[in-house]
Amino acid sequence: MKNRWRVLENKIFVRWLSIAAITTMVLLLIFFITLLISSWPGIKANGFGFLWGKTWDPVANHFGMFPFLIGTLITSFLSLLISAPFSIAAALFLGEFYPKGLIPNIFRNVIELLAAIPSVVYGFWGLYTVAPLVSKLEMKMHMPAPGVGIFTASIVLSIMLIPYSVSLIRQVISMTPVALKEAAYALGSTRAEVITKVIIPSNISGISAGFLLSLGRALGETMAVTILIGNSPELPHNIFSPSYTMASVIANEFTEAVGDVYLSTLIEVGLLLFVVTTIINLIGRLIIKKVSY
Amino acid sequence: MTPYEIRGLQGRRIKDKIFTSVVWGLTFSCLAVVFIILFYIFKMGIPSLNWALFSQGPKPVGESGGGILNAIVGSLIVVVIAAIIAIPVGVSVGIFLAENRGRKLADRVALAIDVLQGIPSIVIGIVIYVWIVKPTGKFSAYSGSIALAIMMLPPIIKNTEETLILIPTTLKEASLALGASYFRTTMKILLPAGIGGIFSGCIIGIARIAGEVAPLLFTAFGNPQLTGSIFKPVDTIPKVIFTYASSPYDDWHRIAWGGSVILVSFIIVLNTIIKIFESRWKVQF
Amino acid sequence: MEGTILRTENLRVSFGDNLVVKGINMEIGEKQVTAFMGPSGCGKTTILRAINRLHELTPDAKVEGKIFLHQENVYEMEAMTVRRRVGMVFQRPNPFPTMSIYENVISGFTLNNIKLKTDEKNHIVEDALKKVALWEEVKDHLKKRATSLSGGQQQRLCLARAVAMKPEVILLDEPTSALDPLSTAKIEDLLYELKGNYTLIIVTHNMQQAARISDKTAFFYLGELLEYDDTKKVFTNPKNEKTQNYITGRFG
Repeated sequence: MKNRWRVLENKIFVRWLSIAAITTMVLLLIFFITLLISSWPGIKANGFGFLWGKTWDPVANHFGMFPFLIGTLITSFLSLLISAPFSIAAALFLGEFYPKGLIPNIFRNVIELLAAIPSVVYGFWGLYTVAPLVSKLEMKMHMPAPGVGIFTASIVLSIMLIPYSVSLIRQVISMTPVALKEAAYALGSTRAEVITKVIIPSNISGISAGFLLSLGRALGETMAVTILIGNSPELPHNIFSPSYTMASVIANEFTEAVGDVYLSTLIEVGLLLFVVTTIINLIGRLIIKKVSY
Repeated sequence: MTPYEIRGLQGRRIKDKIFTSVVWGLTFSCLAVVFIILFYIFKMGIPSLNWALFSQGPKPVGESGGGILNAIVGSLIVVVIAAIIAIPVGVSVGIFLAENRGRKLADRVALAIDVLQGIPSIVIGIVIYVWIVKPTGKFSAYSGSIALAIMMLPPIIKNTEETLILIPTTLKEASLALGASYFRTTMKILLPAGIGGIFSGCIIGIARIAGEVAPLLFTAFGNPQLTGSIFKPVDTIPKVIFTYASSPYDDWHRIAWGGSVILVSFIIVLNTIIKIFESRWKVQF
Repeated sequence: MEGTILRTENLRVSFGDNLVVKGINMEIGEKQVTAFMGPSGCGKTTILRAINRLHELTPDAKVEGKIFLHQENVYEMEAMTVRRRVGMVFQRPNPFPTMSIYENVISGFTLNNIKLKTDEKNHIVEDALKKVALWEEVKDHLKKRATSLSGGQQQRLCLARAVAMKPEVILLDEPTSALDPLSTAKIEDLLYELKGNYTLIIVTHNMQQAARISDKTAFFYLGELLEYDDTKKVFTNPKNEKTQNYITGRFG
């Protein structure tokens, strides 16, 4: 009797483990279906022109997300571009120059502190520090000087990406086979040559995957960008223009959306963001996995 | 020396020096940025830390003073409920992955979890809105907790898996050879042996969600009233920072800086706990 | 000789496509010490692990044939029941690192959720530790972590853990291979002491060990049972040429 309960208890446990695992796995699919169903009214009403439409006018029920698309892409790529040299340098420093020891350990923990600051605090900090600086710069260039806009958002976003890219790239770099490096050193190469001609080229796919995953993160980053981008549904003229990203338009308008089409259009934007980040993460992770073995 | 080596050696040396200094310089600017940001947050926030901040709710616009008690309580509720939901599920999935390592299903689950980690938090907010807020017709603390619980899962799962696979199989065999069921072996032998890593996974998860706003915008929403109910909308510290930061009032900004210091200190403390755990609380096999 | 406690019928074990144990038929006597010998890869550990069904943890392992514990087929019983009736000591000492010495000895009961009174527990612990000659060494610090003991002590503790459950058979998988000579000698003495009260099956590479403590010796080669007889006979007058070569040290 007691034994039978033990057997049953064990069976339930094993079953529960697989259910939990499989549910977690299909969560992404459930997300997709949920988003697809609830954005359907919007998809139907907006058609394909939604992607290229340049006007976003909820009052007239006219929805074109092209400005957000552009805003998102520029902001993300710009931030990636700004953070890349810093990320690579710090990753080399921690993964190749000084992989072990107390000081690099402290450095690593300090850089990881960047990940401890919440997005919303980054936005608030940027509003007080980066925005005024950018505003001064804009005045010098005789432009309208709101301080907030794509450039400001990108700078702050680039700082937020650093801990993420550094840890991914450091991981990739530190997996370079020692024999490969030693072969290059034995031929009389300097460290700079070993890094630029051996370590980086031989890890190029892993490093690209690291940046791809960082890009995925930048695309979906919401709060800091919402505070700093200036919230303007117009097509940006230059990198200083106020703009809007897909994530920040959802954050700002979702709870105020009146009418089914408006709401489901915002969900459609979310669906797009979901699909893009899922694909980016899938590819990035698969590459990282491949280079790890 | 052959002529090949003489030629260009000087130049190569200089290039190497330049390269090294650039790497140093960029790395140090990363470190500098960390200190600049943290210093600024604390410089702005510490003056606003006062008893009222912790003990009072918000005052109406125009009246100065007030605090964020409602948001502190709200954050605690939302995060604790999220942890209660996420930890059992996350640890279970971690056990599953460690147990089935190398099999196709486990590989796919692991990949899905990696991808889940990269899904923008605001999208998770939308999904929970559609699942819970829309059908029930109201914003609630628990809907926010569910959104955050999903975000907590990946670190908990990964840490549990990585900890469990380090436990020697002989330990598991010893327990099974005594006639213990797999369930009891897991509960009494494997999880206690891996408790340090699992615990730090849970803390990483909490640190990850404690500062989140995006998934709460359309779930926990916000509420200037102090409430202990998980079925009502609640304010959270990061949400208050967002609302106040986007307002034009100096007094609100002051409170938002105070909230920022509380939040950032909390997360740094969690990070420190993790570091201490990782280095000290290891079971010797 | 007393009755037969274990009997295998055409036991075959394979990992994937690799047949490791090729149809073994043997009987193991009750209250006897049986040594399994043979060169590496001969399948002796595999047979041992088939007896308490530990192969079920290996995804691609397949066990065919029958093993009878008394009259019951082990593979028709509940695995947990089999394992409670058949104890095991492993190659390397594996005390539970999160438990104290005391908790380790009693762990067979706690893991199976068998509730005991404190005096019962104390009695079991003392009795088991005395049987493995560890009591005098640890009685003053039973609350200490098991991992604080030396390797040899840990292995005796693992034996005590198995003995405490009063198993019908104890399987020992090269229990001294990870130990220093002194600890090995102690364990051997111990097994010699336990002889007559327990049914022991010991896998060993060490011929002196087998010769000293076992009543019967089985010699395996490439998954087949080549010779199985009284230990004395096997060592003094082996029938099989391969056995002879092995015990005279010509291979293995």
